[in-house]
Amino acid sequence: MELIGIIIVAIFVNNVVFSQFLGICPFLGVSKKVDTAIGMGLAVTFVLTIATLVTFLLQKGVLEPFGLGYLQTISFILVIAALVQLVEIVLKKISPALYQALGVFLPLITTNCVILGVAILVIQKDFNLLESVIYAVATAIGYAMALIIFSSVREQMELTKIPTAMKGIPIALITAGIMAMAFMGFSGIDQVFK
Amino acid sequence: MNKNLKVLVNGIIRENPIFVLLLGMCPTLATTSSAVNGMSMGLATMFVLICSNAVISLLKNLIPDMVRIPAFIVVIATFVTIIEMMMNAYVPALAESLGIFIPLIVVNCIVLGRAESFASKNGVLSSIFDGLGIGLGFTLALTLLGASRELLGTGKIFSMTLYPAQYGSLIFVLAPGAFIVLGYLITLFNLLQQKKEPH
Repeated sequence: MELIGIIIVAIFVNNVVFSQFLGICPFLGVSKKVDTAIGMGLAVTFVLTIATLVTFLLQKGVLEPFGLGYLQTISFILVIAALVQLVEIVLKKISPALYQALGVFLPLITTNCVILGVAILVIQKDFNLLESVIYAVATAIGYAMALIIFSSVREQMELTKIPTAMKGIPIALITAGIMAMAFMGFSGIDQVFK
Repeated sequence: MNKNLKVLVNGIIRENPIFVLLLGMCPTLATTSSAVNGMSMGLATMFVLICSNAVISLLKNLIPDMVRIPAFIVVIATFVTIIEMMMNAYVPALAESLGIFIPLIVVNCIVLGRAESFASKNGVLSSIFDGLGIGLGFTLALTLLGASRELLGTGKIFSMTLYPAQYGSLIFVLAPGAFIVLGYLITLFNLLQQKKEPH
């Protein structure tokens, strides 16, 4: 029951994009077409799950026993950067088809703050290993969902006339604001699972 | 000196990281629920920018080109850790309200972007001025956004009451307001820019 609560909260109530403001740059950058949005969503899901698992083990296995908590930021970002490279190499060897689909998005992911953000958040929230991984997967699903919904709205927006000063990012931000308002409707739903 | 001044002004207006380059959106949206929060986030980022720009421009001939990006990230992460520990020690309430976005300065594209495009090609002094200029531009944008949201939401600026809170609309302090106010501010900036240089 508690795990279902974590999933619902991570996807709807505390959606990464609309209420936690993580990963906004790629959210605005790759949401012009639905196809690229799906690719980015899958890539984030893949990397986020592995990265959270690895950083969680690093924190509990190395940093905490040796009292190196202050190295958290440095070690996490290096591990994530190395991991993204590794995933890229392994994927290229094992599954060229998947690499074709996700390849262009992987280098972008190192600087995606969702990855580092979730890695730090699960430590702060004091989750155990299972909860951390489930939280990471649910967050990634929430991110992919937000990206896909937003990109379909933006595809429609291409056909409408928009004042020049508002073209591009400004109108995208305002649209995102209205969607965030809609997502506020989910708040309180987590009480059911307590 | 004249050239350094130009670099400084360039960062504040012509290459303003928020309104023109549109970089570093996450902390911009997340930490601007009030003018004070926005300004302190801007100042923390400015500290990291100036220090990392200075160190990277000193080390630019020692770092091999192949491992340039990881090396930059380590330098940046060091200064982020320093500011994080300092804020936890001296201003714990502020550190609490900025939360996870202090360690996330590491992945702020503005900092790595300036290291890559400016500090790794220029001297120490002009790199410091570049960090100062971009940092000031970022801080000003964040303060402006924070002040607008605070005013629209609660009727206050820097906790000074301008009109009673019941006339404000709380939505501007909450998440959706961040997106909407930033959208309109960038529109305004674009309009001003268009007026200045008519096509």
